[in-house]
Amino acid sequence: MAILEVKDIKKSFGKTEVLKGVSFSLNEGEVLSIIGSSGSGKTTLLRCINFLETADSGLITVDGDVIFDGADKSKKNAKETREKQLKIGLVFQQFNLFPQYNVLDNVTLAVKLQAKERPDYKQNKKQILAEIEEKALKLLADMGLSEKIHNYPCELSGGQQQRVSIARAMALEPKILFFDEPTSALDPELTGEILKVIRELAKTNMTMVIVTHEMTFAKEVSDYIVFMDNGVIAEEGKAQELISNPKTERLQAFLSKISD
Amino acid sequence: MFSVVNKELLEGFLYNVELFTITLLLSLPLGLIVAFGSMSKFAPLKVLTRGFVWAIRGTPLMLQLFVVMYMPGLVFGWQIPGSNPRMTAAVIAFVINYSCYFSEIYRGGIESIPKGQYEAGQVLGMTKTQTFFRVVLLQVVKNIVPPMSNEIMTLIKDTSLSNVIAVTEIIMAANAFSGKGLIWPLFYTGIFFLLFCGILTIVFNKIEKKLDYFKS
Repeated sequence: MAILEVKDIKKSFGKTEVLKGVSFSLNEGEVLSIIGSSGSGKTTLLRCINFLETADSGLITVDGDVIFDGADKSKKNAKETREKQLKIGLVFQQFNLFPQYNVLDNVTLAVKLQAKERPDYKQNKKQILAEIEEKALKLLADMGLSEKIHNYPCELSGGQQQRVSIARAMALEPKILFFDEPTSALDPELTGEILKVIRELAKTNMTMVIVTHEMTFAKEVSDYIVFMDNGVIAEEGKAQELISNPKTERLQAFLSKISD
Repeated sequence: MFSVVNKELLEGFLYNVELFTITLLLSLPLGLIVAFGSMSKFAPLKVLTRGFVWAIRGTPLMLQLFVVMYMPGLVFGWQIPGSNPRMTAAVIAFVINYSCYFSEIYRGGIESIPKGQYEAGQVLGMTKTQTFFRVVLLQVVKNIVPPMSNEIMTLIKDTSLSNVIAVTEIIMAANAFSGKGLIWPLFYTGIFFLLFCGILTIVFNKIEKKLDYFKS
């Protein structure tokens, strides 16, 4: 069964229709890459799924739960929205780490705030906090950041910052992890380390949706690729096939431009 | 003579320090509330707050002191209560005035925080309140320390304006001596302000250093 189902998402900013009805689905443990030129709507699509924008219409289902229904115009309960939000994680292009917290606190802050809402928090506070910290340390170790847990974001390279932000998103145990051009803000020599981390995550069967410009990487790491153009999905298919054998003219043109 | 002048001026300066302290304690939190008003999504509140801030920043503090001191009596026949109504009037005028100035500093500070910080809080399932107090606020504080220190230094010097409604602050005390032909106490008041601002400078440098460990 599909863990993520996106149906007919539409979104306009003023008179500009950015998404003209986008649908796709994704199975658990699979990796989907969304490619396309700037302005094709891929980032807006990601932001709509992550509640950073509200789509005008459409339906989004995660793990069988409807997290967005454009037909339901009733006022959304903030708490419910937050719970839905927690099913998915997002890694930003600009990292957006919290500058005043060190690496470890960046990863644990939201999780600790979540834990406060648990009914047994007061009784087991120490144990709960210790568990959160232990988990965060393990995540950071996986990201190769064990040495840096007490450093502040301004003391880290872009690649290290992005790895912290991946750990931060993972700490909330999302069902699906989204990446919004995770390497676009990095120097070319630093993109490799982020791509390696994502590759490792893919091996652990983490379900991921990646908006990216790294075509070779997309082809290698993803199961499926969606090519967006002008607010619609112009072509989609298995990663290898789509890149090696594009069917539409628009994708052919896009790929030849990229390889130039 | 010197000790007499010293005693009188010190007594006067206590009024300046009192006005400074009360104004600061009240207008720092009040300014934040005004800032939220001027950034409100509810248009009438926003327009009203911004209009009020414009009026207060657009007129002299001296005029505002007169208005607060004399308006209640002249228009409503109502006397400001308390043992020292002049000081009370000065506090009211100063708090209103400084809340408006602080609110603009807060607003600038809050608006300088990148949208990504709020978005990160949101996708991590934090509430808006949590994001503001846990993530945004300290960054705002860091950003506004320099303009705040400027404004707060101005405040201690502005407290002397209260002598236009006959609060017996330091310059009024010194002026009493010059009436008797003794002019140097007037210049001597400068030392009090210089020392006070010197202490403020040290305090603000400490705060800036303390917040130096991160870059926003």
